[in-house]
Amino acid sequence: MSETPHIDIDKVADLARIALSEEEKAKFSSQLDSILGYIDKLNELDTEDVKPMAHPHSVENVWREDAAEPEMPVEEALKNAPAKRQNMVIVPKVVE
Amino acid sequence: MSQELYYKTIGELGRLLESGEISSVELTQAVIDRTKAVDDRVGAFNSFDEADALSQAAASDARRKEGSALGPLDGIPVGIKDVLAVKDQPLTCSSKILEKFVSPYDATCIEKLKGSGAILWGRLNMDEFAMGSSTENSAMGETSNPWDLERIPGGSSGGSAAAVAAGEAIVTLGSDTGGSIRQPASHCGVVGLKPTYGRVSRYGLAAFASSLDQVGPMGRSVEDVAILLQAISGHDERDSTSYKAVVPDYLAEIERLRDKKWTLGLPKEYFEGAADAASMGAVKEAIDFYRELGCEIKEVSLPHTEYAVATYYIIATAEASSNLARYDGIRYTHRAEKFDAKDSIDIYRQSRAEGFGEEVKRRVILGTYVLSSGYYDAYYLKAQKTRALIRQDFENAFSEVDALLTPTSPTPAFKKGAHTDDPLSMYLSDIYTISANLAGVPGMSVPCGYSDDMPIGLQILGKPFKEEEVLAIGSAFESARDFKNHHPKL
Repeated sequence: MSETPHIDIDKVADLARIALSEEEKAKFSSQLDSILGYIDKLNELDTEDVKPMAHPHSVENVWREDAAEPEMPVEEALKNAPAKRQNMVIVPKVVE
Repeated sequence: MSQELYYKTIGELGRLLESGEISSVELTQAVIDRTKAVDDRVGAFNSFDEADALSQAAASDARRKEGSALGPLDGIPVGIKDVLAVKDQPLTCSSKILEKFVSPYDATCIEKLKGSGAILWGRLNMDEFAMGSSTENSAMGETSNPWDLERIPGGSSGGSAAAVAAGEAIVTLGSDTGGSIRQPASHCGVVGLKPTYGRVSRYGLAAFASSLDQVGPMGRSVEDVAILLQAISGHDERDSTSYKAVVPDYLAEIERLRDKKWTLGLPKEYFEGAADAASMGAVKEAIDFYRELGCEIKEVSLPHTEYAVATYYIIATAEASSNLARYDGIRYTHRAEKFDAKDSIDIYRQSRAEGFGEEVKRRVILGTYVLSSGYYDAYYLKAQKTRALIRQDFENAFSEVDALLTPTSPTPAFKKGAHTDDPLSMYLSDIYTISANLAGVPGMSVPCGYSDDMPIGLQILGKPFKEEEVLAIGSAFESARDFKNHHPKL
C-alpha cells in the first residue's frame, strides 16, 4: 500500500447499507482518505512473525447443555418492532 | 464534608440511612431536585423517570425498616449511561435510530445493581453509540462541562461524568472502549475506572467494539468507585468473554495495601513532547507525591505507543461496522418511510441514513472498508498483529513495575466545536487512554489538579485483574489532597 489509499465511497457505502448524499460522499471521502493515510503508518512495522490477537485474554469456546429454557415472550421481543401484526414483523414485499 | 446530601459519599450516606437520619426517599428527592435545578444548563440526562426512582427508594426504605438492607448501595441513586439495558426504560444510545426503543430486559450489571438495592436513576447522555470524545455526537442534545458550560464534558460517557460532578447522581455507570470513562472523568474532575477486559459482564451493554468495550464505575471518590465496581464485577455465563476470576473485597484491599511502597512506571513515550505543559504540571506534581511517599519511580518504555491510535481505529471501526449491522430498520429500530420498493435492500440504506449521525456513518464506512474483500489482511489482520505488540509492551513494563502513571488526556476539556470538523484530531486526543483497551488492562483517572481552572486527571494503569492495586494507588493520592471535595459552581 505504498500508493495513496483511496476509498471508493459509492462501493463501500453500498456494502455498509447506508445511503449517502452527494455532500456526505465528498466530505467522508476526503476525511477517510486522510485517516487511511494516517493508518498507513502501521506498514512501518514488520509483523511477519507476530501472531494476531483477537481478544485481550485467551478465550475458549463455552458449551452449554442444549436444553430448552424459558426466554423472553414473543410479545415482549416484538414490542419495539416498527411494524407488526400478530406475532410477526411486517416487512415490505421483496418477491414477485 | 459537603453539606448537601447530593454531594456526600456512599459511606457518609450509608451511615445517615442506617441511623435513620435520612431516608432513601429523601436522598432520592434531593438528587431529583438538584437535577431539576441544574440540568437545563448541564444537560447530563437524556431522560429520567422520577416516579420510578421514588418507588425504588420507597422499597429500599421498607427493606431497611425490616432490617433487611442489602449492603452499601441500598438506597443510593446510581445514574446509568444510555447504553445499558434497564427493563422497561428507554435505551437510545443517544441515536435517532433507537429513539423509541424501550428495553425488554436488564443488562447483567443492572440486574446486579437491582440486587444490591441501588436506585437506578435516569438515562445519561453520550456520544452516539459511544463513538466520540466530547458527547457532541449525541442526537439527544448537548451536555456541558459543569466547570465551564462553554466546554465539552469529554466523552463518550460525558453525561455520566457531568452528572457526578454536578451532584445529579451519587455515582454513575459509564462504558469505555478507548477512554470513554477515563477521559470525561478527567475533564469533569471526578474518578472513573475502566476495569480489566472481562471483569464486568457486557451482557446488555449495546455493543460498539466487542473486544474493547467494558462497563465501569464513575464517582467523586475512589472509595465510591470501588463500591460500585464491587457490585457489578464477576463472571457471567451470558458473556463468554467475562472472566472466571475471584473478585476481591475492594475496600478491604484498599485498606490492606494502604501503606505499600509501589514501584511505578512512567512510560517515556507518553511524556515525550505531546502533552501540553499545562496539563503535565498537575500530573508531575502527582508523580512527586508518590516519590515523596517512598514509591520507586522508574522510566519504562511502551515502544509501540505511536501505532496505538491507528490500530485502535481499525479494530474499533471494523467491530462497530459488524455490530451495528443489526440496526437495519426491520426488527426494532427506526424504519424509513420512503424507500425504493423495487430494490429489496434500499429499506436498510434509507433507514440507516436517517437513523445514524455523521460520526457513526463515518466509522461504519471505515470499518466496512477495512474488512472488505482485498483489504482485510492489509488493515484488520495487520492491526490485530500490532495489537499483540502493544499488549506485549505492557507485559514487559509490568514485569518491572506494579503500575503506570500517565496523564489521562493531553489537554483539559476543550471548547465546544473545537474539533468537530476534523475527526482525526479528535481521535488523536485519545492517545493516552486507548492502549489500555487494546491491551485489556485496567485504568483509572483520578483528579490531580487544574489548568486554566479546568480539572486535570492522573491516569493509573494496572496489571490485568489487579483493580485493587489501581484503586489503592489512587486512594493514597486522593486522601493526601482535597480534590474530591472541590465542586464546580453552578
